[in-house]
Amino acid sequence: MSVIVFIESKNSAFKKADFEAVSYAKRLADQLEQSCTCLVIGSDVSSARVLGVYGADRVVCIQHEALKAFDGQLYTSAIAQAYSAYEGQVLILLHSSTGKTLAGRLAVKLEAGLVSGANGLPDISQGFVVPKLVFSGKAIAKVELLSDHKIISLMSNTLAPEELGSAVEASSFEPQLAASGLRVIDRSTQTGTVPLPEAERVVSAGRGLKGPENWGIIEELAEVLGATTACSRPVADADWRPHHEHVGQTGIAIRPNLYIAIGISGAIQHLAGVNNSKVIVVINKDPEAPFFKAADYGVCGDLFEVVPRLIQSIKKLKGTH
Amino acid sequence: MKIGVCISKTPETTSRISFKNNMTEFDTEGVSFIMNPYDEWYALVRALELKESGVGSEVIIIHVGGKENEAIIRKALAIGADRALRYDTAPDDALKVAHQIADAVRKEGISLLFLGKETIDYNGAEVAAMVAELLDWPFASFVNKIDVQDSKATVRREIEGGTETAEMELPLVISASKDLAQQRIPNMRGIMMAKRKPIDVLDAVDSPLRTKIQLFELPQEKTGVTMVDPEDMDHLVRLLHEEAKVI
Repeated sequence: MSVIVFIESKNSAFKKADFEAVSYAKRLADQLEQSCTCLVIGSDVSSARVLGVYGADRVVCIQHEALKAFDGQLYTSAIAQAYSAYEGQVLILLHSSTGKTLAGRLAVKLEAGLVSGANGLPDISQGFVVPKLVFSGKAIAKVELLSDHKIISLMSNTLAPEELGSAVEASSFEPQLAASGLRVIDRSTQTGTVPLPEAERVVSAGRGLKGPENWGIIEELAEVLGATTACSRPVADADWRPHHEHVGQTGIAIRPNLYIAIGISGAIQHLAGVNNSKVIVVINKDPEAPFFKAADYGVCGDLFEVVPRLIQSIKKLKGTH
Repeated sequence: MKIGVCISKTPETTSRISFKNNMTEFDTEGVSFIMNPYDEWYALVRALELKESGVGSEVIIIHVGGKENEAIIRKALAIGADRALRYDTAPDDALKVAHQIADAVRKEGISLLFLGKETIDYNGAEVAAMVAELLDWPFASFVNKIDVQDSKATVRREIEGGTETAEMELPLVISASKDLAQQRIPNMRGIMMAKRKPIDVLDAVDSPLRTKIQLFELPQEKTGVTMVDPEDMDHLVRLLHEEAKVI
């Protein structure tokens, strides 16, 4: 039996979250005394070797012409075929758009219990119990998986990726698939920045910025920190910033290591999307802003003065100034 | 063409979350419940728009839950749905909910099914994908735009770090994301008409139990904020670098 981890690669490239999932699977496999097999769609065999470094004992590239576009039915069928061929017992996926689209399907197909959005390793001392965040991060549920086959979708930034092994030869696997009923017409992705759900550092701004023309300092701060930019709901609704930057209850839920909130008061709906960030810094001129209660570090002052000063201090730390 | 819309009940966003019976059960005491916003604001309204544009013949609400949830079903009918099915069982397991919904789709001959992208309490985003697999249908997830013509839908879905527009065949399961439609507030006429719209109550269909919540925990409270002098950002950077170790 083995712990199987599924990774979706874009053009043979991998992200930090992928390595996290592989290391998580390896650590679980060690606990269960099983091997760790990594299934990859979208990568060639030579690029996929690196997954061995993060703990995969075996790397298998699933290859088929019909998997060029993301068709959930075909992905599910392909993963299920490889899962059976490599004697899977536990399947790990990322809790990403792709992972969420597939996890429920695979749970039905493999007759497996599913924990979606896990934020820690399973406890296997009694049964098989997986922690997950619920109520928008306001609580944690310990979910027991009762079935033989088990699926876990993993929140990013749960465990840091670890170099648990060394590069391995990857093999390829060709599934039997029907033709896709889906046709992709257009795709637009941001380039250059890390997508928000995976970002380790996020710089976010709200109405306190007063207008879209003032976003230069936010972008500069994000750049010196290597952070991704985000915004509050009113800002996205006013079209000051694109909707894909909106974090909060109805936007994207994030859990970076560092979240810097600038000119955001911290309404409960906003907090629900960001309160699982490891460290929260709040910059606001209103000492009564509710966000300070949820913060680790607070700066009460005029953001138009504080942020440029912060940028200079970070540059100094990095020795680039 | 019949359009189905699944609605669920969630605690209102500002609710205080607590647990009872040795932290094994969500304490609903004093909690007010609402229709899950993704179901109400986006899934339901877009389904109604499609019916109004002549694509759909009927919008049917599907709900899994007890009689106490009928107020939420009535609200969906007041917003404009034609009638409702309620499976009379607790929605305590995603697979169980998916089995009820798949049963409704088969019984009614629904060919376009809308759900919210997730509920705002358990945030699992599990049910829609499960229903799609139970029905062996395609599934467009995190959709923020959909148009339907004949037996084809053009959907724009949120993918990692962007969006993708694709053409997909019906029948189809859709999970609704923000911006799929604009929220509608029920008016007095809608509320009066909803009183006469039928809610059929059905017995639950079987589903295997594969997960069980053992226990809830509350995350550790923040120990308190460290305030930093706005003149001294070197100090903040030092704290982030040396104490928090995040930069």
